[in-house]
Amino acid sequence: MPSGKLALLYPYFVLAAGVLAVLLGRMLRPSGSSRSSGTVITALVILAVAVLIAWLSPAEGDIYSIFYFDGFTRFMFIFSALATALAIFMASHSLEVAQNRFSEYTAILMTLCIGLSLMAASKNLLFTYLAIEMVSMSSYILTGFKRLDLASHEAALKYVIYGSVASAVMVFGMSLLFGLTGTISYSGIAQALGSAGIMVQAGQIGLFAMFIALMMVFTGFTFKIAAVPFHMWCPDVYQGAPTPFTGFLSVAPKAAGFALIMRFMAELFPAAAPSLTNSILMVLGLMSAVTMTLGNFSAIQQTNVKRLLAYSSIAQAGYVLMGVVVLSLAGSEAVLLYLLIYLFMNMGAFAVLQMIIDASGSEELSAFRGLGYRAPMTAFALAVFLFSLAGLPPLAGFIGKFYLFAAALKTGSNWYAALAVVAILNSVVALFYYVKIIREMYLSDEQAKMPRAISRPSLYVVVVMVVPVFILGLYWEPLQKLVEAAAAVLRLP
Amino acid sequence: MNQSTLLTWMIFAPLIGIPFVLAMPKDKTQWVRWLATAITAIPLLLGLYLVMNFDPNNTSMQFEHHFVWIPSFAIEYYVGVDGLSILMVLLTVLIAFIASIASWGITKYVRGYFALFLLLETGMLGTFCALDFFLFYVFWEVMLLPMYFLIGIWGGPRKEYAAIKFFLYTLFGSLLMLLAIIAMYYNSNPATLVDGTPVNHTFNIVKLITENDFAAKAPLLGFEFSKLLFIALFIGFAIKIPMVPFHTWLPDAHVEAPTPISVILAGVLLKMGGYGILRINYGIFPEAAKWAAPGVALFGAISIVYAAFVCLAQKDLKKMIAYSSVSHMGFVLLGIAAFTDQGMTGAVFQMWTHGLISPMLFLIAGVIYDRAHHREIDGFGGLANQMPEYTGLTGLAFMASLGLPALAGFISEFLVFTGAFPVYRVLTIISGLAIIITAAYYLYALQRMFLGKLNEKYAGLSDLTWRERVTLYPLAVLIVVVGIYPMPLLNLINKTLMSIVQVFKG
Repeated sequence: MPSGKLALLYPYFVLAAGVLAVLLGRMLRPSGSSRSSGTVITALVILAVAVLIAWLSPAEGDIYSIFYFDGFTRFMFIFSALATALAIFMASHSLEVAQNRFSEYTAILMTLCIGLSLMAASKNLLFTYLAIEMVSMSSYILTGFKRLDLASHEAALKYVIYGSVASAVMVFGMSLLFGLTGTISYSGIAQALGSAGIMVQAGQIGLFAMFIALMMVFTGFTFKIAAVPFHMWCPDVYQGAPTPFTGFLSVAPKAAGFALIMRFMAELFPAAAPSLTNSILMVLGLMSAVTMTLGNFSAIQQTNVKRLLAYSSIAQAGYVLMGVVVLSLAGSEAVLLYLLIYLFMNMGAFAVLQMIIDASGSEELSAFRGLGYRAPMTAFALAVFLFSLAGLPPLAGFIGKFYLFAAALKTGSNWYAALAVVAILNSVVALFYYVKIIREMYLSDEQAKMPRAISRPSLYVVVVMVVPVFILGLYWEPLQKLVEAAAAVLRLP
Repeated sequence: MNQSTLLTWMIFAPLIGIPFVLAMPKDKTQWVRWLATAITAIPLLLGLYLVMNFDPNNTSMQFEHHFVWIPSFAIEYYVGVDGLSILMVLLTVLIAFIASIASWGITKYVRGYFALFLLLETGMLGTFCALDFFLFYVFWEVMLLPMYFLIGIWGGPRKEYAAIKFFLYTLFGSLLMLLAIIAMYYNSNPATLVDGTPVNHTFNIVKLITENDFAAKAPLLGFEFSKLLFIALFIGFAIKIPMVPFHTWLPDAHVEAPTPISVILAGVLLKMGGYGILRINYGIFPEAAKWAAPGVALFGAISIVYAAFVCLAQKDLKKMIAYSSVSHMGFVLLGIAAFTDQGMTGAVFQMWTHGLISPMLFLIAGVIYDRAHHREIDGFGGLANQMPEYTGLTGLAFMASLGLPALAGFISEFLVFTGAFPVYRVLTIISGLAIIITAAYYLYALQRMFLGKLNEKYAGLSDLTWRERVTLYPLAVLIVVVGIYPMPLLNLINKTLMSIVQVFKG
């Protein structure tokens, strides 16, 4: 490895050292002691140090054209670390994560975090595959983390099976790509697809083979973001996994999946033959439309709030995919902006859900009855998150949606305008089921006899997430500058 | 440029008041009520000051407050008023103040109620004053949430249904509007922000009106650009007005909403539709407005006639009044579609007079509901002896609503008819005949409720209380005064409206 390049990996080294530190700390502690705030503090400090290094270090560049540490990776690194920190903090007082195994949970989650930020950094098929698998493996374990809960086991098994099939298809596609182009680096494939490249010289047949291969690769990619038709695993897994991890799962791996797709497309498509690009964008665009529609309409019927939020997060992925499909600078900025806002509002919603589950033992809508009067602060926070998810101003979710719609309409293309109209109609449908929860909390006159669902530490987490949802809805210029810098790396028009 | 923070203070005064309301002790409901009413008095006073200092001969924006908000998307904070909006602002502060007094009857979760009420007022004032399209949209949407909760928590038996119906209908309209706003933004000409930064596109409504011509833009989705956008925006506003066939949310919302919220809804919220069409649709897409005018007039006439017939069949007093709102807002559409001086003035003035009359009607419905706990028109009878003062005011409001000369409603309807007649003869005549239906349902209701033999069940009903008098008499006086001497108000709006009509004549 060229000297000096090692500096690019420092943030990752810190995280890896953190994993070891957490595990070591667990071993040194007497076995009888319950979860220690020590683990939380260690993990948060490590994550903070890693983020600081990633943020402040001027080093940018690549290692053997495989791993790229640049503005884009930096953004996703900080994003993943933030999500991880929140998930650790949420789990630290959750009843669903066994006390004596909290350190394990933390260590695996931090490993996952490394994988996530590697996904965004990769420009090589093999490395991409490894990063995805690193994320998948850790996710499987954490999904089945509730050892005594059958639903959790079932969810983990489902996840493993679906995940392995998706990975297999993806690897097959990657091998086809390698067979067709003779290279596994993104830039090499882009070259083969370019005007003088071998694929174009091969004519229609070559493009068709390429289309098949790429679609297979995208199967694996879109599985990660749970886009229809590769979303089947999502509701069951979300429902079975421990709630703090569900919140994480609905945000961070999805975001990394989007980052991966954006990097991949930005590298390959601007150079490729328009017919190939357009047909793939067409497929992805349809996927986006179907994903949001199906996700929303399925969510309407749910009475289990965890499942409802799972379907809602499928629909949300549909909106974000719209910003990816536009394949423009404005689109990439919109996606990154939306993802960061989505991090706060969706994990926030899960944080409140976790409080309710811990207090009442129920995930059903009825557990929320009269919450607005039993626990006004908690209910208010959840209302803010839900209205933000629905995209109502002046909350941050609206800004995110606004950017996505704007990116679609900026192209001036009828096809994207139609997609934006579909998204608009979907937003109305989405409001309906978000309001179902609000209605339970505020509008129902009878009040369920439930304990007041407040535990101090969880309230802190919620506050940490409510504040940005408010502030970013009113003033988001700094965030805009942040995503501008990150998206510029993709060099899209 | 002359900057004034007056409007900003007026818009945000209710919002600033919210923490104070919430900080009140829980058991001191009377304090909360006094405080909330005092807070709504601030915009009222500022609004009156505004009207006093408004220069009616100046057709450009006044009392502007303008600064850059989000430079990277060319979004500015920009508020100001002209003749069109000043009248609406005046109406809003007035109705909000009266509604806040009418809200004293609320006994459940009083602090939460007034907090939402104040948020609603900020949204309404902001919508009428905003001159940046993004800001306009934010204020427009900010009204939705408090409205949903105000109907949904403090409403009648079917409140949940009514609240969500209102929410979904209006959200659909406003999201269409959002798409149109974005499409318009990307097709607008380069401009400069108020701090001098050049930008590629603009949300500035004044600039969109004066410096952009959307008629020549490339078609979108196979439709002519300006017509498509006109329709998208029009549907968004027509839902709010509400125009038949988008009106079905209104009766439900009105019937279930608590009285003061009905007052706000009828008095102010419906006007936003009309205001939006005039400010946005007519201002930015004059050609498309001309093209769509016959359709607008037709739907206006349908609203007038259809809703009048529906009123005739109503058994519930509040529902009848709700449908009469649909009918009367139809006059606004008919008036603006004519592009004549009288038609335009009549339409805007109709918004104002309806904004006085329909709140009074809803307050009247609230009075009887508070006493009898139902609103069945047939369930009463002979109340005139029992409640003479109430009967007199009801008679006045009914007469004003059916357009009796010397009362406010007459002036505006007369202006609309004279303005629309030369352009749409048949539609105007048909709409004119609907006045007879209007008279019929009001008189029939009056007869059933107040004349005849007293229903023994209601022998114990008391006449108006002081709180009710405080809410009803100001409106009654204004209705009479405006009906006899409307000139001060007409002068306020004339110049601005003439300049709008001028665009279409030229």
